[in-house]
Amino acid sequence: MSETFTKSMARNIFYGGSVFFFLLFLALTFASHQEFPKRDNHEALTPIVAKGKRVWETHDCIGCHTLLGEGAYFAPELGNVYKRFGNSTEAIKAFIKSRPVDGVPGRRSMPQFNLSDEELEAVAQFLKYASGIKTVRSWPPNIKG
Amino acid sequence: MKYQSQSVAKLYFIAAIGLFVGQILFGLVMGLQYVVGDFLFPEIPFNVARMVHTNLLIVWLLFGFMGSAYYLVPEEAERELVAPWLAKLMFWIFLAAGAATIVGYLLLSYSDLAKLTQDDLLPTMGREFLEQPTITKLGIVVVALAFLFSIGMTILKGRKTVVNLVLLIGLTGLAVFFLFSFYNPENLVLDKYYWWWVVHLWVEGVWELILGSILAFILIKTTGVDREVIEKWLYVIIAMTLITGLIGTGHHYYWIGTPAFWQWWGSIFSAMEPIPFFMMTIFAFNMVNRRRRNHPNKAAVLWALGTAVMAFLGAGVWGFLHTLAPVNYYTHGTQITAAHGHMAFYGAYVMIVLAMISYAMPMLRGRRAANSPRSQVLEMWSFWLMTVSMVFITLFLTGAGILQTYLQRYSDQPLDFMTVQDKISLFYWLRELAGAVFLIGLVIYVVSFFAGTDEPEVAEKVEVDA
Ligand code: HEM
Ligand code: HEM
Ligand SMILES: [Fe+2]
Repeated sequence: MSETFTKSMARNIFYGGSVFFFLLFLALTFASHQEFPKRDNHEALTPIVAKGKRVWETHDCIGCHTLLGEGAYFAPELGNVYKRFGNSTEAIKAFIKSRPVDGVPGRRSMPQFNLSDEELEAVAQFLKYASGIKTVRSWPPNIKG
Repeated sequence: MKYQSQSVAKLYFIAAIGLFVGQILFGLVMGLQYVVGDFLFPEIPFNVARMVHTNLLIVWLLFGFMGSAYYLVPEEAERELVAPWLAKLMFWIFLAAGAATIVGYLLLSYSDLAKLTQDDLLPTMGREFLEQPTITKLGIVVVALAFLFSIGMTILKGRKTVVNLVLLIGLTGLAVFFLFSFYNPENLVLDKYYWWWVVHLWVEGVWELILGSILAFILIKTTGVDREVIEKWLYVIIAMTLITGLIGTGHHYYWIGTPAFWQWWGSIFSAMEPIPFFMMTIFAFNMVNRRRRNHPNKAAVLWALGTAVMAFLGAGVWGFLHTLAPVNYYTHGTQITAAHGHMAFYGAYVMIVLAMISYAMPMLRGRRAANSPRSQVLEMWSFWLMTVSMVFITLFLTGAGILQTYLQRYSDQPLDFMTVQDKISLFYWLRELAGAVFLIGLVIYVVSFFAGTDEPEVAEKVEVDA
């Protein structure tokens, strides 16, 4: 690098640039918060949905599935599973409930979690809530996720 | 080794390498589960193997960063470490907490682990990379605070160099952003929004400061180039990192219920994120070309140059590949993401830690500057085996990802997820094969520490006025 560009100039760009862009990032975060209520489906955030999120978390579903495209890539996207299963929480519950304990020979299989009826209902409601979040361009591109 | 207290680094490095081996074994388990779905089912379900794989990665990299800091900070500050006993104590606490967590993952069902650790009191579990029980997370905070104290006080009381300062800023940022792992609101959009403040602001923010400062340190030591020059480069690189990387977080805010303006902010700023990585490559090669000495530790220089190249490829090129919103619309959450995640983590953070271990370990084991030629040859073999197989892992996953994106999301007759997985299984087999070669490379790496230990090192050839 050229001699006229000194170390103290470089240092000032680092401190000045970092502070400026961090503040800008905070401003954009603030602007995001203004818009969240329009998209985040908080109307549907009932106590049973909140409980469903806990069921989701305490079984580490994200360790195999994606949810809105984030997570693991071993099993299907679940942000739109409610729609894929014909807008039916019953279908979701039936699927989770019927997983074989010992898996399927040679194939990927979802574990049998032995969820209680209440847990099943909660996690299905949580997935219904997730499907109501308004993503830009209605991501995912199609129903397959 | 100039200061006695630097020796605590050795513990950290040994633990790091041990956990690295564990990480790769579980990677291979998962790689097999991708094609032989019932492998180890239901004893070790995929999600358990995955949390072991990724958490071991993060923990061993943290061990590596801490070890690097304990070695480098005293040397830069020109004084002994403050409270080396604390560094030793924290090592054992961190190792015990880490081991207990992994054992918990493997022996208990995850929901039982959540119950046992009272996750309902302060729910933080069950989110990608942040699977650790809350109590483990609190332990990490304690270890981080103690660590920052001993490093910070050493820097404060000693010579203040740019390398030390940048390292300290990076490590402090690491601890600060980790605090967002305790924020887990019921609102999924908010949860996801701030989850990235840990994950993205780590790997594309503060960790790059750590990477830059360790790289600068190794280059100062091995090339003998004037510190002023290196420090100027370091400032420019990390300036570009934060200028692009902070707003660049927006590349994760395209499809998770966040506002549409992020499509622009995220695309434009993250498209510039490769710049600091590219500068790092230029920087490393420039300094090595302008070297005033030929350091006898060839392996360390190889790792340093390797990290500069591979970080640019993995983070810069493979990151750019899917970072623009219109592309990411199709590739989001596919094997393309996995391809990038692997090469970026390996190129940037695995390799910089291995570079530092390579540089410091000979001195920590009582040598003057380098290992014997026999040991170095083995180490360089392991470098090539691991690096080339990681390139292949990335290429195979990219192939899988392109097909997946097309068949599942782009074509006129989109297919089901599982149908597509079956169709692309050949790529997963090839990835597993490349992974096995990676393991061979890693075994050779470990063996290199035990080879030629009683043989002398080559003397340094002094460059005649370059
Ligand atoms: C050598 C053999 C390896 C194999 C077979 C392997 C396999 C895997 C598999 C199957 C996954 C899960 C993908 C999914 O969610 O569906 C994964 C995730 C991951 N692995 Fe590896 N891995 C290996 C080595 C490594 C190395 C060396 C690193 C670090 C440099 C690494 C870092 C990661 C990361 C960061 C993730 C999470 C990726 C994401 O969320 O996008 N792996 N690995
Ligand atoms: C060393 C630096 C980097 C590391 C270690 C890294 C690692 C990762 C990992 C592990 C993920 C997957 C996260 C998840 O599981 O959801 C990811 C996602 C992503 N990274 Fe990076 N990355 C780095 C730098 C970059 C850079 C410089 C860019 C852009 C130029 C980039 C662009 C992306 C994008 C767009 C995604 C989201 C992929 C998706 O939509 O599924 N990354 N990165
Ligand atoms: Fe990112």
